[in-house]
Amino acid sequence: MKNKSLSIKLLYTWFLCFAFIPLLLIVVTSFLSKDAVHLVKLPFTLNNYAVLFTPLFMKIFIRSLLISTITTLVCLLLAYPFSYILIKSKIKTHLLLMIMIPFWTSSLVRTYALLSLLKGNGILNTLLIKIHFITNPLNLLYTNFAVISGLVYSLFPFMVLPIFNNMERFDFKIMEAARDLGAGPLDIFFRVFLPNTKKGIISGCILVFLPAMTLFYIPNILGGARSFMIGNLIQSEFLEMSDWPQGSATSIGLILIVLIFVYFVRFRGKKQ
Amino acid sequence: MHNPLIEIKNVSKAFDGFSILKNVCFSVYSGEFLTLLGPSGCGKTTLLRLISGFETPDSGDILIEGKPTAHVPPQNRNLHTVFQSYALFPHLSVFENVAFALVCKKTPPTEINTRVHEVLALMRLEPYAERNIKQLSGGQQQRVAIARAIINRPQILLLDEPLSSLDYRLRQSMQYELKQLQKKLNITFIFVTHDQDEALSLSDRIVVFNQGEIEQIGTPREIYETPNNLHVATFIGETNIFDATVSHCDEENLYTVIDGIDIQCKRCNDFKTDDKLHLIVRPEDIRVQNVSEVSDTRGKLPGKIIDIVYKGTTVDLKVELSSGTIINASEFFNEDDDELEFSLNEPVWAHWLKGWEVLLPYEK
Repeated sequence: MKNKSLSIKLLYTWFLCFAFIPLLLIVVTSFLSKDAVHLVKLPFTLNNYAVLFTPLFMKIFIRSLLISTITTLVCLLLAYPFSYILIKSKIKTHLLLMIMIPFWTSSLVRTYALLSLLKGNGILNTLLIKIHFITNPLNLLYTNFAVISGLVYSLFPFMVLPIFNNMERFDFKIMEAARDLGAGPLDIFFRVFLPNTKKGIISGCILVFLPAMTLFYIPNILGGARSFMIGNLIQSEFLEMSDWPQGSATSIGLILIVLIFVYFVRFRGKKQ
Repeated sequence: MHNPLIEIKNVSKAFDGFSILKNVCFSVYSGEFLTLLGPSGCGKTTLLRLISGFETPDSGDILIEGKPTAHVPPQNRNLHTVFQSYALFPHLSVFENVAFALVCKKTPPTEINTRVHEVLALMRLEPYAERNIKQLSGGQQQRVAIARAIINRPQILLLDEPLSSLDYRLRQSMQYELKQLQKKLNITFIFVTHDQDEALSLSDRIVVFNQGEIEQIGTPREIYETPNNLHVATFIGETNIFDATVSHCDEENLYTVIDGIDIQCKRCNDFKTDDKLHLIVRPEDIRVQNVSEVSDTRGKLPGKIIDIVYKGTTVDLKVELSSGTIINASEFFNEDDDELEFSLNEPVWAHWLKGWEVLLPYEK
């Protein structure tokens, strides 16, 4: 008993020091004003939040939402059938390991690898020209396409793992039961398989959408000016403009968007 | 008899080169309660899956109402299955589980509502309609599985060891309920079990399987009283097996010798003098008497009591014969015999009435 309460206290202390206090600092900072020397200064102001609603900021917010949503959907559409094939395969653990192993290397390195794949005289363009599919190299790099490719590539395992886990616990006997009761293939999928793997889909979507919204180095490396996302915005506000209050307010805005998303996906989904 | 509802014709099935069913033939008639009985792994579940269409036979044909079923997928067969593990839909309520077959058939909601409530009432599940499957007990889940399978009013209901995961008392009452249900709905039941008591008490006919082959088909009484071979005899109920030799026969009797003692049996044309045979007697047919009660010891086997188990309606005895063979005997209490007092090591004579034995050809 004593050990248990001690470990819980430790956990609380940890959260207090490394999650709650920093968050509180960000909240406080977001209401302060910018100062060139001391980074922040009084007085308190709501101006940083008002800026979030200017068209330029709204545009970046909406673009981030769109890119993250597309990334999540592409991941889902790839990972769902992929997980199913994995489950049905006799060497599923080996196959799963094959997705995991590349992710033990730095994701920054892998993003640069993608860069060399997509660039004008990169592998993909060279190949497409060689097979006479195209004559001039495609402009792939520094587009939203490149950013989404990078995000999908990086976040794919976060979609596969929860779905795989969920499908692995799925009792395939009940698909047989559905068939026995007269269900055709579509009925079996939409009335039995999909509802029973919904939990995995929800977890996967949360695990992909959240980092997709916040990752900044992938749009940084692969994207151009037109794929500037919230993550990049926060980064430049803190590091380039040294505007900590504005950066903090933007972070709080991002946290709110993410919270609203999780609330709708998780808790609304559960109620049904 | 009228035309069979299902005909199994020379059906064989193998998995990975391992033969599961070997040339199986039999028919199922409309409205009957047929049980496939056999030890685990004898192929009875495979046969059920062939009938439901989840597997296809390697050779042979399965005809339903005279029509071949080789190219009819499971969802288009007018039969439903109650699975061993129930296989209920965990994401649906009791009502939705039962309604599933109707929803797939695009039945109008009002009709679904009335029909589901009808079946729920029949299975005494009304109070649980809105419950989640995980909130139900094993017996209730079993009922939902049956309700779900009968909602579509199938011609045939296949039951794959449906009672095996219930406790003893629940199993007893479910057995009775199943039998009542089958009579009420007039659906043909094909019931798979490895439990011989279940098979005997429920079935109109029993098909006894062993290692992918049919050993015997018959009514429970035929199977119990006149088993075809040693396996059927030992698998169904308790048995005592004696190795005997035919000494001679006459018009009415067949005389056999067991451990040097002459035993008079009912005449049976399958055997002639000097044939070896197995003589089978059920424990309840063996009469055990104290040596002092017996004056005529002809046709009786001497022994002593080595175990007594009081069972309420019977006393189960183990008797060690003078040859060393141990036999089981169940003595019933009845009013004209209040002397059912046995003690250990008591010398006794064991015998049975002529004609109560079953003679089987010698095996091994």
